[in-house]
Amino acid sequence: MFYREAGQFYTSYAKDQGIFQLRQDKYGLWGILFIAFIVVPVGLYLMVQGGLMAASTKDYLYNSIFLLLLVNSMAALGLNILTGYCGQISLGTAAFMGVGAFTAFKFSTGLNYRIQHEDDAGELVSQLVPLLPAIDNPILLVLIAGAVTAVVGVIFGLPSLRIKGFYLAVATLAAQFFLVWCFSRVEWLYDYVSSSTIQIPPLKLFGLVVTGSETVMRDGQQVTIYPAAETKYLICLSLVVFFAFVAKNLVRGRIGRAWMAIRDMDIAAQLIGIRPLATKLLAFAVSSFFCGMAGAMSLIFYLGALEGAEAFNINESFSVLFMVIIGGLGSITGSFLGAAFITLIPIFLVVVLPWLGGQFGIPVDAAMVEHIQFMVFGSLIIIFLIMEPLGLARLWQIGKERLRQWPFPY
Amino acid sequence: MRLKGLTLGLAAAVAATGIAAPAVQAADTQYFPLFTYRTGPYAPNGIPSANGIADYFNYVNLKHGGVGGVKLVWEECETGYNTKKGVECYERLKGKGTTVVFPYSTGITYKLIPNADKDKVSILTVGYGRTDASDGRVFPWTFTTPTTYWSQASAFIKYIGAQEGGMDKLKGKKIALIYHNSAYGKEPIRTLELLARKLGYKLTNLAVNHPGQEQKATWLQIRRERPDWILLWGWGVMNQVSIKEATNIGFKMDRMIGVWWSGAEQDVVPTGDAAKGYKAGTFHAAGSDFPLIKDIKKVVYDAGKGIPGGDKYVGQVLWNRGMVNAIFATEAMRAAQKKYGVKVVNGEQMRWGLENLNITAERWAELGLKGFMQPVKNTCADHEGNGPVLIQQWDGKKWNIVSDFITPMREVVRPLIEKSAAAYAKKNNITPRKC
Repeated sequence: MFYREAGQFYTSYAKDQGIFQLRQDKYGLWGILFIAFIVVPVGLYLMVQGGLMAASTKDYLYNSIFLLLLVNSMAALGLNILTGYCGQISLGTAAFMGVGAFTAFKFSTGLNYRIQHEDDAGELVSQLVPLLPAIDNPILLVLIAGAVTAVVGVIFGLPSLRIKGFYLAVATLAAQFFLVWCFSRVEWLYDYVSSSTIQIPPLKLFGLVVTGSETVMRDGQQVTIYPAAETKYLICLSLVVFFAFVAKNLVRGRIGRAWMAIRDMDIAAQLIGIRPLATKLLAFAVSSFFCGMAGAMSLIFYLGALEGAEAFNINESFSVLFMVIIGGLGSITGSFLGAAFITLIPIFLVVVLPWLGGQFGIPVDAAMVEHIQFMVFGSLIIIFLIMEPLGLARLWQIGKERLRQWPFPY
Repeated sequence: MRLKGLTLGLAAAVAATGIAAPAVQAADTQYFPLFTYRTGPYAPNGIPSANGIADYFNYVNLKHGGVGGVKLVWEECETGYNTKKGVECYERLKGKGTTVVFPYSTGITYKLIPNADKDKVSILTVGYGRTDASDGRVFPWTFTTPTTYWSQASAFIKYIGAQEGGMDKLKGKKIALIYHNSAYGKEPIRTLELLARKLGYKLTNLAVNHPGQEQKATWLQIRRERPDWILLWGWGVMNQVSIKEATNIGFKMDRMIGVWWSGAEQDVVPTGDAAKGYKAGTFHAAGSDFPLIKDIKKVVYDAGKGIPGGDKYVGQVLWNRGMVNAIFATEAMRAAQKKYGVKVVNGEQMRWGLENLNITAERWAELGLKGFMQPVKNTCADHEGNGPVLIQQWDGKKWNIVSDFITPMREVVRPLIEKSAAAYAKKNNITPRKC
């Protein structure tokens, strides 16, 4: 009843090829975008102004939940293109994100390299020399990070031409370990700082402070301006929305169909004239492009400073893989649903369990929450895979069908 | 469908609880968030550390009714020594009246430093964290009191020199550094390298990856290199494995020195008697033979008001160090209360208190810790307080102090700190304060 296509006619080829064929879908999407772009920032702002919410709670929502969600969505989109659409299993997602983060860092500091010499007293003097002018536009940095990661992804995607399935997973695992090793050992990557921690320098976009802080003179007084959480959120949201549309259009066109053909049966795909080399490598390139952007976003907007070996370890790769599997392989919507599921459940448990325990008079301390989190999380994943192996995207699909038939059973 | 409903419900509830999270501070209580790791590979060290802080706060409340009549309240947040989780904890708890945090992780410290100024939250890293943040002109909100990794590394070299019979005897000696492959483990490398150039010893750096159980390759290299001395820069389960491996290859344990995070009971007990002779740095005395610690045992644990199962940690090395964290915070709070004439102190006042922290020998005695630590005094430019370093040794049952207080090579370390801090200031458009 709510979801009937009856009465909706296409009067042009353009309409027939639209992404969202149904009016309900289209309005639903506009609604979601409206909420994400307007209702959330304005609503939270008004709530803080009206005293309904502390400013720190608003910051927490943006900095710890929304931004993480957006970064993870971007990474899940990337992996879904490779694994969900092209059928190539990858366990190197976190490493590719790391490549993105380090690329963004290097370009934001001008690709420094070090020259060392001994001075007259025999002391070692080192100096950092930039190769390029430093880039201070965060969006440009994210795009460059994506491009460089795409190249790295293609290199590590080469084995996929010869090996498949689990064996490819192992080959990408090698990428994971090798790249993470680089992040803690190749000094050039982290500008030779002793701690191997990278920190994004102050960046601005359209005159707005995005990272770091800026001290300006205002009315004869020094005022320090800090980045607003909303700025970061809106930039990230725009990037994710834009590239989600890019992904959606890629996968429903010629390229996406070639990927799916390779995924479903590569020999048959070859027979109908799809070149496996170009197709698989393109999937690796596009997927890595997304993952690289996710990594750069994570450095620039979410973490600000990070340690490569820790932030992009194998656990992160698995968590992105879980997002894709739980969200639904081969579904753009699924990437978002999976990212939301994996990102929000732990935070939800941390917030709710102590409260819940308090209701029943059971003291729940921080360590117990952590243990319970592991158990609940693990069992949720298993329950999910048994009850709905096709993921949240499939549930959404079923939901839509029910809505269409409602109130009749079929 | 049911599951979908559930997930949507969960998502809605997350949003709701996030919004409903209370941001109010009850009157006359001072709030402290504690970032703990009671789970995971770092739990053996994380539990006594966290207990030390919590037990001291508890004691101050029970015995003195808080600080200046203000009760202390604290809330734990489990980080598992993971930076992202730590940051999530920080963001969630900072609005509840947080004035100072004890990140208990160098990785989390690095991430929090850029925010401190904006959030008006001091970062108190007692014996860890970012060493160059000791320069209070560039990092007004970060405190590395009482001493830092770079200072400690230089003190170790001084100690080794003394053991060898003079600094000139270090020439040609082989020193191996086994370090946790993270920001934490890498902290001493620059200092050790610089001193190697000056003093002529040969330094071998051997990294051990998180979580640190796998060290076969590292020890193979140790057997090949046959170093004269080993410095261990580990944490959590890595320490236990390193010490065990050292005894396995028959390394002379009194020539192996751990950082102060590698010198707790938890690290040596699993190896048993073989660990006898192993040394480690520290900046405070070991054991529970102090009036204050005995009193904490009595007031908190004997009265049944302590953390369940926590009494066995009281007086352990890491517990004592946790207590030092709490003492610094409460002393700073006390100083701020006096200076500003307030009861509950805010972030800026707490920062003032930490910057003007001055615990004299008399004050230590007053606290019931006579001879426990050297006096600590911070200044505007120096947030390290220049605490000297001690060497302690394991005798199979307990840790004993075996050296006098070793003054770090300040003439080497301080210029390094200032140079590094200046580079940070330049990169991040920070104008250093005048001190």
